[in-house]
Amino acid sequence: MNNKARWFYLLPYVLWIGLFVITPILLVVYYSFFDLHGNFTLANYEKLFTFVYMKMIASSFWYAFLITAFCLIIAYPAAYFITKTKYKQLLLLLVILPSWINLLLKAYAFLGIFSTDGAANNFLEAVGIGAQQILFTDFSFVFVSVYIFIPFMLLPIFNALDKLNPALIDASRDLGASAWTTFRKVVFPLTLSGVKSGVQAVFIPALSLFMITRLIAGNRVITLGTAIEQHFLVTQDWGMGSAIAVFLIITMVVIMIVTGTRKRGVQ
Amino acid sequence: MNKLIRAFAAVFAIAFLLMYAVSVLNGPEQKAGGNVLTIYNWGDYIDPELIHRFEKETGVKVIYETFDSNEAMMTKIEQGGTAYDIAVPSEYAIDKMKKANQLLPLDHSQLPNLKYIDQRFMDLPFDHDNQYSIPYFWGTVGIIYNKDLMKGKEIKAWNDLWSPELRNNILLVDGAREVMGMGLNSLRYSLNDTNKQHLIEAKEKLDQLTPNIKAIIGDEIRLLMENDEAAIGVVWSGTASEIMWEKDNLEYVVPEEGSNLWFDNMVIPKTAKNIKAAHQFINFMLDPKVAAQNAEYVGYSTPNQKALEYMPKDVVNDQRFYPSPEQTEHLEVYENLGADMLAYYNELYLEFKMHKK
Amino acid sequence: MKKKSVWPRVYLAFIFIVLYAPIFYLMFYSFNSGGTMNNFEGFTLEWYKELFGDKRLLIIVLNTIIIALLSSAISTIIGVLGALAIVYMRKKTAKQALLSFNNVLIVSPDVIIGASFLILFTMAGIKLGFTSVLLSHIAFSIPIVVIMVLPKLQEMSSSLIDAARDLGAGHWDVLSKVVLPYISPGVFAGFFMALTYSLDDFAVTFFVTGNGFSTLSVEIYSLARRGISLNINALSTLLFLFTIILVAGYYFIMQRNSRSAGAGVQK
Repeated sequence: MNNKARWFYLLPYVLWIGLFVITPILLVVYYSFFDLHGNFTLANYEKLFTFVYMKMIASSFWYAFLITAFCLIIAYPAAYFITKTKYKQLLLLLVILPSWINLLLKAYAFLGIFSTDGAANNFLEAVGIGAQQILFTDFSFVFVSVYIFIPFMLLPIFNALDKLNPALIDASRDLGASAWTTFRKVVFPLTLSGVKSGVQAVFIPALSLFMITRLIAGNRVITLGTAIEQHFLVTQDWGMGSAIAVFLIITMVVIMIVTGTRKRGVQ
Repeated sequence: MNKLIRAFAAVFAIAFLLMYAVSVLNGPEQKAGGNVLTIYNWGDYIDPELIHRFEKETGVKVIYETFDSNEAMMTKIEQGGTAYDIAVPSEYAIDKMKKANQLLPLDHSQLPNLKYIDQRFMDLPFDHDNQYSIPYFWGTVGIIYNKDLMKGKEIKAWNDLWSPELRNNILLVDGAREVMGMGLNSLRYSLNDTNKQHLIEAKEKLDQLTPNIKAIIGDEIRLLMENDEAAIGVVWSGTASEIMWEKDNLEYVVPEEGSNLWFDNMVIPKTAKNIKAAHQFINFMLDPKVAAQNAEYVGYSTPNQKALEYMPKDVVNDQRFYPSPEQTEHLEVYENLGADMLAYYNELYLEFKMHKK
Repeated sequence: MKKKSVWPRVYLAFIFIVLYAPIFYLMFYSFNSGGTMNNFEGFTLEWYKELFGDKRLLIIVLNTIIIALLSSAISTIIGVLGALAIVYMRKKTAKQALLSFNNVLIVSPDVIIGASFLILFTMAGIKLGFTSVLLSHIAFSIPIVVIMVLPKLQEMSSSLIDAARDLGAGHWDVLSKVVLPYISPGVFAGFFMALTYSLDDFAVTFFVTGNGFSTLSVEIYSLARRGISLNINALSTLLFLFTIILVAGYYFIMQRNSRSAGAGVQK
């Protein structure tokens, strides 16, 4: 390929990276070394390794893991079934559509649905289980988060599945492989790139959820995102907020490198 | 390829069409010329009808923006991207902004209506001689409870909240000063205590309250209390009066151990471009009839003494929301404790939130 | 696998019911004369009447749509160029570096993005308002477009391009006749994702907006203090029906096109 063409692709993208990625990262890293009075310090990072923050990091990762896992478990079969229907593009659009309704509004709707005499409890009573406290529990938090992230998981998986050559599946079945073996040895590996995209698009934003933690979990769940938001908007301790952000960025880069080398190994 | 180009061309075409529609809709209003006033206020903290009336009377075009915390507001004013002419910070934020040189001094000769403000709310410690700020609304922090759900049991003090009968029944407003203050007050310490030992004690006391707490949230408390979702809420008096407006059989008390007395005030930030219109607006809001209408709409307590004459007697005489000076004597106004102390409050508050049931 | 089972349909139906439950909940209460989102008291169209009398809200809705359309279109263009640049990159390390940078904005919490963009815009002297909001929305939508397009590009076998090139196709021809048509599902997916991000964003817009410019989510957030008024429900209902009509129309046109196009290929 000639150089001119490559620059044509690269220039706007690199410009964007420079302005809106590298500059903000540098700003965040810069701020993370200052305390409340604008003095240079490493205290923010020291604080990050105290028990309170370690506990918060651990619980954020745990919730993010739960959310991602449920998203995957629910979205993968859904994406698979959608590719099998006649109206796959329409159904895909129907999956995306709900996310165009404002998140806060949907959160308020859930506030109503999950309330003491809301629709969910009426249903539970009708089935005979009896009313439960749903709102402000771990369950409601994970449920609503999964609800929000489903489209972000489903879309890349759908794309990968849709690309899958049906002949491969037929071949595998003809060779005597069971449905499960075919899935394990043929379908899943070939759609792994889609799964990876989906996991990336869900796991990392899930680490930094914040609005839902208040509205649906009643601040009974504290994620890294909540902490950052608090530090930027309430305490105005931008240094500490930035230090947590740097931690998140490093985590992400590590995840990227790990998945990257594995991919190279497969090739 | 053609499909792609056509789709994108259509998207751009629709966008530009809509932009044209917006400019048509905006059209007549933009003719006000340069006489624009940008107001930065808490969400839903003014009767919109009054803004229209102000525009009509003065010919000034008002741009109205809202914030949800003093800190978010200060961040935006500090960055100076928008020429805010009026802002409405709380008392401790005024102290902070004053020290950061973010406020312009007021010209009292342009505010003849200032005389209607109750002397009791003038010349307060956070702004001597009201050099920078004029009181807008005031109130207390207290406990609202549902008499039906409490089955006749009364609440009088912070310490009543620790009763094991109230399991999973309390909603707290999401604020470090409010919640920590509740812990401090319940131990009979000051709201503005800076003794770290006392603060840790307060945090540990709060940890014991965790089983009773249903959620720590923001303005949704209103909705949840109205729907009988919880028996008790720790709220600002204004929120309480709004809830009681919608629903009967509720009671609001300011706990006997002490609590917070707060003020929201109009200021002119240093970003102001239209200082004349800003004074006009402050004076307009100080007009007794305007203040009365605004107080009735918003539901908070007005510091405007003359305005009380234009308001329903049962509202003005309700000592839960218009407490007498004697009743507020044991209440404290938040002091600006300085960045380090505030950070410590926030850290303990975060730890308290992470304390599991 | 040969015999048709009903379970996929039941599963999909369940997913769609859950996805749309909160939305129908919102829509249902938009006709409530009671004024709240519980206790349906009686049918009314009052909220719709109020809505149409509110010019300010109408302008905000239009602004939200304009920002969403423009930002997703522009970010899709830049994102596709970026994805091409990443794929054509020869050095593995450079590729990894670009990808990592790409993902930084996805992982960064909105509050940080908002705050750092705010600093950026003030340093650059850009007046807060339409321009700053548009630029930020473009900025945070680009990486998701890249993520959506990349798997498609990577799956495209290089032999396809080589074949085209052997047949004498120039660089531009390869791009427009082979690459872009092949990845166009990914491009559309990226566009819709960007649209979703833009319509849903609250935190970033909250920071970078100013001078009276507002989008729907920021407006809703500021209205939430009083508990959401039902004319917002009415608005969501209308917006939702409008998108449904749009999607149905789009789908209908696509079906007809693809049928005639399909017939053309099969000859």
